[in-house]
Amino acid sequence: MNENSQGRRTFFRRRKVCPFSGSEAPKIDYKDVKLLQRYMSERGKIVPSRITAVSAIKQREVAIAIKRARFLALLPYLIK
Amino acid sequence: MPLYEHVFLVRPDLSVKQVESLLETYKSVIVEGNGSVGKTEYWGLRPTAYRIKKNRKAHYSLMNIDCSHEALTEMERQMSLNEDVLRFMSLRVNEWEESQSVMMRRDARTDRDRRPRESFARPTRGTRGERGFRSIGGEQERGIPQEAEAEREGSS
Repeated sequence: MNENSQGRRTFFRRRKVCPFSGSEAPKIDYKDVKLLQRYMSERGKIVPSRITAVSAIKQREVAIAIKRARFLALLPYLIK
Repeated sequence: MPLYEHVFLVRPDLSVKQVESLLETYKSVIVEGNGSVGKTEYWGLRPTAYRIKKNRKAHYSLMNIDCSHEALTEMERQMSLNEDVLRFMSLRVNEWEESQSVMMRRDARTDRDRRPRESFARPTRGTRGERGFRSIGGEQERGIPQEAEAEREGSS
């Protein structure tokens, strides 16, 4: 995403929108394992919102949903 | 009365029939407590993400409950006494999910719904902010999963 044009360092970062905003946004649900897995690292950690571009409010919901899914063993606490 | 969503895990060595009878007994507990049970779902025998009481699989079921909290705690108490029930979780919800939950729809939504999306599993360098990601042990974090990956592939 960083493009070096003519040797000049231009930090142009595409402004990303929260994947949970908008009309077609998926509902955050602890049962939706496939959806939540996208917001976890390979190690099983919750990925920070500055990487995923999830808004703060939605990130909180995602985090809670992941933790619920972990309790029910739908998602792992860590992947070894 | 408040609405609840209740998920519980049953030991894998029980048959589906036994799980259903368990569901019925807990339903009756709710009904005795002047509550009612809406939709129930059986998600099937699913592998658990980690071992629970030495079990690698569990029967998952979901109940939509409308009852007083006394009735719910009574049912939870009975569940905790039953050794066949590995785990349960009840959540208070504002409204029940009337249609089938994602778990049941799993087979229906395969490739149609899957749009190509950016994977966050291994973030590209460009998306990393300037807020010193490395200083939070970014180096380690990137090293370990790759090793783990190799191991996993090797063992399978």
